[in-house]
Amino acid sequence: MTTTLTTVPYRRPGLRRLRLLGQGPLFTVSVAVLAVLVLVAVSAPLLAPYDPEALDLGASLVGTTGDHLLGTDQSGRDILSRLLHGARTGLLGPLLVVGVSTLLGTLLGVVAAWRGGWTDALLSRAMDLVFSVPGLMLAILLVAVTGPGMTAPVIAMAVAYTPYVGRLVRGIARQEKARPYVEAYVVQGWSGWTVCVRHLLPNIAPTVFAQSAMNFGYALMDLAALSFLGFGVQPPTADWGAMINEGQGAVLQGAMLPALAPSVCIVLAVVAFGIVGEGLADRIARREKQTP
Amino acid sequence: MTRFLAGRLAGLVAVLLVTSVVVFGTLHLAPGDPVTFLLHGRPASPETVAALRAEHHLDDPLAVQYGKWLGGVLSGDFGRSAQYHQDVTALLGSRLPGTALLVGYSALLVAVLGVGAGVLAALRPGLLDRTVLIGTGVATATPSFVTAIALVSLFSVQLGWFPGPGGGAAGGLGPRLHQLTLPALALALTFAGLLARVTRSAMLDEMGREHVEVARARGVAGRSVVRRHVLRNALGPVVTVGGTMLAGLLIGTAIVETAFDVPGLGSLLVQSVTSQDFAVVQAVTLLSVAAFVLVNLAVDLLAPLIDPRLSPGEGSS
Amino acid sequence: MNHSTPPPVLEIDGLELRLPDDRAARPVLDGVSLTVRPGETVGLVGESGSGKSVACRSVLGLLPKGARTAGQIRVNGADVLTMDRARLASLRTREVAMVFQDPRASVNPLRRVGDFLTEGLRASGTPAAKATARAEELLAAVGIRDPRGALRRHPHQFSGGMLQRVVIAAALAAEPALLVADEPTTALDVTTQAEVISILARLRAERGTGMLFVTHDLELASAICDRVYVMYAGRIVETRSTDELFDRPRHPYTAGLLACTPHIEAGSPAPRPIPGRPVSLAEAPAGCAFAARCAHAVARCAEEKPELARHGEGFAACLRAEEGIAL
Repeated sequence: MTTTLTTVPYRRPGLRRLRLLGQGPLFTVSVAVLAVLVLVAVSAPLLAPYDPEALDLGASLVGTTGDHLLGTDQSGRDILSRLLHGARTGLLGPLLVVGVSTLLGTLLGVVAAWRGGWTDALLSRAMDLVFSVPGLMLAILLVAVTGPGMTAPVIAMAVAYTPYVGRLVRGIARQEKARPYVEAYVVQGWSGWTVCVRHLLPNIAPTVFAQSAMNFGYALMDLAALSFLGFGVQPPTADWGAMINEGQGAVLQGAMLPALAPSVCIVLAVVAFGIVGEGLADRIARREKQTP
Repeated sequence: MTRFLAGRLAGLVAVLLVTSVVVFGTLHLAPGDPVTFLLHGRPASPETVAALRAEHHLDDPLAVQYGKWLGGVLSGDFGRSAQYHQDVTALLGSRLPGTALLVGYSALLVAVLGVGAGVLAALRPGLLDRTVLIGTGVATATPSFVTAIALVSLFSVQLGWFPGPGGGAAGGLGPRLHQLTLPALALALTFAGLLARVTRSAMLDEMGREHVEVARARGVAGRSVVRRHVLRNALGPVVTVGGTMLAGLLIGTAIVETAFDVPGLGSLLVQSVTSQDFAVVQAVTLLSVAAFVLVNLAVDLLAPLIDPRLSPGEGSS
Repeated sequence: MNHSTPPPVLEIDGLELRLPDDRAARPVLDGVSLTVRPGETVGLVGESGSGKSVACRSVLGLLPKGARTAGQIRVNGADVLTMDRARLASLRTREVAMVFQDPRASVNPLRRVGDFLTEGLRASGTPAAKATARAEELLAAVGIRDPRGALRRHPHQFSGGMLQRVVIAAALAAEPALLVADEPTTALDVTTQAEVISILARLRAERGTGMLFVTHDLELASAICDRVYVMYAGRIVETRSTDELFDRPRHPYTAGLLACTPHIEAGSPAPRPIPGRPVSLAEAPAGCAFAARCAHAVARCAEEKPELARHGEGFAACLRAEEGIAL
């Protein structure tokens, strides 16, 4: 009698029901900014008026004109075209970092919470350990060995971000596991794996998604910093961080656009990811309060 | 208390040991012979190769190599810099003061700007609070190299108040601080934004507590209530977050010192990566992680002083 | 009665309080009048939401944000509601002190107990050394062993009951003329409750302090109070001396409260809860706010608002109070 009652699984608000709109104008604008960003990244070759790597030394540091809407950089490359193409590397890197760290972190967190005991202790200590090594340091160390490029920074950042997700997931998974419905399933002979995949994961997914949105912004910032240092995407490929590095000299000559344009893009993207992530987290917190 | 301390120290040693293994091991991650990597393409006589093999103990088994390397590190020997032809330890010693000054200056700015803005926002709801919220939101989303560009273009190119990147270290503390103002500010702003938010929410949290209302009910003056009860109690989260930021500032010097061409450990690290001067990379990485975990330990030890309830081994009577 | 009645330390006169709600102002208190004389302990009893806490906090000028008031609250003759900031500070440091419900919440956990005790004294200009000596004296008076050592300890090192003694000591520090105690024992366990009550009663007797004792527990009020005001939905519904109130309550709500308190004695009737749930003043209907829960309500109770009128030695606000119904 009691088992049939408690098997009614408690459902947290699913992702499907976390509507992205109707959360206030700032949230809506941020979602729009991110949508535009993704669209631009996908269709950059169609949108860009010039080849982003085409040099034109005769047109170095041209200001805003009809030909070059955002002017050109010191090598005479069209800044707008480079910005549009830069959105691709700018989003792809963080996407890989967040994708890998979310998958890995969720796996580790759920396993730690589900198995408990020694497995939990071991995984938790391991995550604490990685947590106490700054990601940027790890990336620099790896670049020192493998040479510059996207691969080493993305791997290092994915490793560094994993404990952030892992700790969060472990925390909520433990709470979730303590709910009666989980025990009821186990008592009825369902395998742990099935209960995790079919019930636990859907219930912790919204929180992980919100955290991932915020991580996306941070990863974007970190990878841009590595590109700025010359460790990430290599010239002449267009990348926002690298563009700022190349534009530094122009700033001293009084030309702002080569460095300013990619700076604005980075800040806009990070702010938008932050607002969306925080907005989703707030919304989940409010729902949690309503459904005890 | 002793047990607590022993546990924390054991954790610290574990982190440092694992880091040292990683730092040591990455050399062997490089494709091909470590000597080829260490030489990175430079032609070398058999004598040079032999000297390199001897210096890195490359003919020993890996575990012995690690042991010898770690022994050297513990006695302050980080090997020689291929780039500067100098002992790494001496090189680090010459670069440390610049970085320490930058980090100290920056930490001061973070504390003053962050706590100041946070307190102001908490005490003056309305327009000021909203302005601070928006300002700090943008500040936390702005990477330090972007702030650097903005500061340089405004304060050195347009207004000419502060020197731009380069120019070598100025003599004397006053001129040096003047020179470091923009780098310190660029490094500080992101963290100051975050600290302001933490301060604000910690203050608002405390202001809603009953003991604050009780203090008011007892006729304690408003200013005194804010200082002795609200600010004092908000100190805990502020110091905890601030401490982890100190470590973040340390890592951030790599970016800011590069952007402003400041000679320090951070710019040394970046140059060494570029020129594949591996001994220096190992040393700086290891020291940074050590500083990072030490700062975190210091924050943990400080916590019971701020909140007596956290002090271990002190139960209720 | 008393031939040389001293002037009251507290006179609340027709206090009305409204809170700004989304559109209309939400009424919280309606025509609350109450008197406390020097050395007298007066109970203010009601269920949660009756407005008793708001009423007692307003005595110190602690009004909810945006509250609008009418009527007067006079402490030693001066109206609290019209006091400026400086006068209010002096009222709180010298004339009225308050003991709150939960000592854990009302003492700053990060500061030493000595700091808490002397804070009020120092706010009113007492030198630090003198304040410390006084604090020690006070801790001894509320029965804390090793008062000197206690001053140096932190709140988490005290049990709830001991901490409430500290709070009471702090309240008495400036020899206030009036002590307001807002459910001072609710957060404590039963044995500690009795200790705290006896300390309050003893100190009040020794020092001649007037006390307004706010509680939801009529039984507890009877143990310490000379007179009791019963409050329901933001209004005083009955007031009389404790003995008479227990022997012969005139308001059905008072009778209901008495009937729902469990008694330990053998043969006493089982507690009977009052049906329904308490309403706040904002939700109260046009007539008697208690009518919907009242076993004796008649048709006109729902239409006519009963005024507080003399019945027996005290007052009650019930249309049927004179009918002599068996309550």
